[in-house]
Amino acid sequence: METSKKVKQQKKKVLLMGKSGAGKSSMRSIIFSNHVAKDVRRLGATIDVDKKRVKFLGNLLLDIWDCGGQDAFTESYLTSQKSYVFGDVGVLIYVFDVESSDFTDGARGHSDRDLQTYGSIIAALDEYSPNARIFTLVHKMDLVANEYRNEVIRSKTAAITARSGRFARRIGTYATSIWDETLYRAWGSIVNSLIPNLDIVEEGLKDLQRVTEAEEVVLFEQNTFLTVTRVSSEIGDENPRGDRYERLSNIIKTFKNSLSGYTESNSSHQFDSFTIKTGIFNLIINRLTYNTYVLVVFPPGEAELQCARLNILSAKDEFARIESVAEGADDDFRNLRGK
Amino acid sequence: QSLLPPMGFGKHKPKMLLMGLKRSGKSSISNVVFHKMAPHETLFLEATTAIQKQNVMKFMDFQIWDLPGQIDYLSSSLDSNSVFSDVGGIVWVIDAQDNYLEPISRFTSAVVALTELYPSIRYSVFIHKTDSITEDYREDTIRDVMQKISDELFDEGLENPPVSYFPTSIYDHTIFEAFSKVIQGLVPQLPTYETLLDTVAASCRFQKVYIFEVTSKVYIASDTKPSDLSSYELCSDFINAIMDMYGLYSWDRPKTSSISPMDDERHQDVGAQTVEAMVCSARGNTVYLRELNAFLVFIGVSKEPNFQKEKAMVDYNIQMFQNTLLRVLDRG
Ligand SMILES: Nc1nc2c(ncn2[C@@H]2O[C@H](COP(=O)(O)OP(=O)(O)OP(=O)(O)O)[C@@H](O)[C@H]2O)c(=O)[nH]1
Ligand SMILES: Nc1nc2c(ncn2[C@@H]2O[C@H](COP(=O)(O)OP(=O)(O)O)[C@@H](O)[C@H]2O)c(=O)[nH]1
Ligand SMILES: [Mg+2]
Repeated sequence: METSKKVKQQKKKVLLMGKSGAGKSSMRSIIFSNHVAKDVRRLGATIDVDKKRVKFLGNLLLDIWDCGGQDAFTESYLTSQKSYVFGDVGVLIYVFDVESSDFTDGARGHSDRDLQTYGSIIAALDEYSPNARIFTLVHKMDLVANEYRNEVIRSKTAAITARSGRFARRIGTYATSIWDETLYRAWGSIVNSLIPNLDIVEEGLKDLQRVTEAEEVVLFEQNTFLTVTRVSSEIGDENPRGDRYERLSNIIKTFKNSLSGYTESNSSHQFDSFTIKTGIFNLIINRLTYNTYVLVVFPPGEAELQCARLNILSAKDEFARIESVAEGADDDFRNLRGK
Repeated sequence: QSLLPPMGFGKHKPKMLLMGLKRSGKSSISNVVFHKMAPHETLFLEATTAIQKQNVMKFMDFQIWDLPGQIDYLSSSLDSNSVFSDVGGIVWVIDAQDNYLEPISRFTSAVVALTELYPSIRYSVFIHKTDSITEDYREDTIRDVMQKISDELFDEGLENPPVSYFPTSIYDHTIFEAFSKVIQGLVPQLPTYETLLDTVAASCRFQKVYIFEVTSKVYIASDTKPSDLSSYELCSDFINAIMDMYGLYSWDRPKTSSISPMDDERHQDVGAQTVEAMVCSARGNTVYLRELNAFLVFIGVSKEPNFQKEKAMVDYNIQMFQNTLLRVLDRG
């Protein structure tokens, strides 16, 4: 395995924007601060910009700027603070509240203020960070009854695309809700678009998949439980549950929160291992490195289980090496954390 | 000395009624507890207009009737005998964030009327929607409801009414914990189970042990140590995680043709295996789950740092426990 390649640390500025009450802070706190969906009802409106630095894997730092969406703030982002806010942006995440009455793409008698604001922000981004990636989220989908969801998503996507200017062909639009796994799907793709050198990690996973004869191996980031990458065997590829990765993120994250509530421990590593043994499959989730957990699904049987345990154990060393290469350039973050 | 026959015997089905004014949350409760509805989805529920009869617990023959709020249960037009005969327990839901004086007097007059005709019915009052009362008022509200009810019943001459109270909300575990207690009141062999569970907890050094009904996450018995909501929450979330992951990976895999006859045999053996799961936390807590039959699982929470080393002993003890339990279940 090729592990000698030096991976440089990357810092990415992530702008989180959208109208007040759209759900920006809710999402951020669920994904990065381990809040659960029912607790975010208590969040207050964000004043100005709330910056938070999160470390995602060894070599990726995300500077998340949660920009309070009240009109006065938005106004100042687009004027006096323009270059400060829109300079050097890696990703813009724009959140639309699906219930917002200000989103009608100019239909008669209705306001399209939400889209207008979006348009202005796109223009500012085009000026200061033309290479930024854009993700738009149509949020609070749980408030739309099931039978209307497809139609709502289709028409909103069209309206958003029409206002996206030069970025139109590159934006990703996701329908989300804090109440289900759609949140993890959207944020998984956002963060994945930022991870450098995934190929090295993927090689390591392939090795693990081969030795454990697993149908599936999935790597998760330890704090968010977003999927970093995954490898499946031919059989694993046939699993009809196409949404299983974001579901796993949601399931494991939820359980992790429950366990940390029970142990009241602040350590971010809430469990060492999670095993399910059934007559159809075996499943192990194990801490792999400081930054990751791995999930391995393989054929049933007690002997198989013991074998896989040993193989995961030895993979730990291998991955620690991969990660330490990546962490070589990580010293300034270490200092920062010490403060 | 239960009045109910053993579970699963004969045509007799123990019955539980869910009662209360409309919009108090009855349908929400039964959908969240027994049909896995997410709490926020209950906002879409429409008013119940007819009695809903449901066979909810698979481990014993047992029905829950959801009675619509607008029916006057005690009016003569209703064939009250068909509703109230066989009833083991009544759960009365009171919306605690609303004006609760009317529901309280409706409840107490129902108790007064029913006690005469059906003296064996036990009542559980769910002081419901506690999530939407601010914390400062929550305790006061709960106490006030309890006080008012017992005062009114006392005035009616009922000094020790068979009423218990549970603060509940569909947004947290309280509703499941409350239902667990209510249902345990209908399980005739409860003392036997508890003795068995006490033994197993002692021999495997578990902090707390439960028998859960998997689909509802109601626990039908636990050891007799004081009940502890945080362990319950952990176990119930553990079941959730396992069931959800099981749903993702229990699909029908294509049979590989290269399996030799010997392998085939081995696989059959494996196929008969019971589900077992375990999570070990960094702090030395372990949660251990084992399937008992199609509906019931055993769960134990341990704080033994050496749990994993002694797992063979635990497995053996649990196997013994399972054999005994299944015999009790079979006997009914
Ligand atoms: N139904 C539903 N409500 C949501 C969802 N996400 C967030 N909310 C609710 O929306 C409200 C506002 O959420 P915030 O995250 O504070 O909104 P914000 O975008 O940060 O607002 P500002 O900070 O003022 O810009 C909260 O009460 C959340 O509970 C969702 O997916 N569905
Ligand atoms: N805040 C809160 N709302 C609840 C709770 N339980 C039910 N509700 C809401 O109360 C309303 C009425 O519930 P429903 O089940 O239809 O009442 P029913 O007429 O008694 O069956 C619904 O909008 C539910 O979402 C709870 O625990 N907390
Ligand atoms: Mg905010």
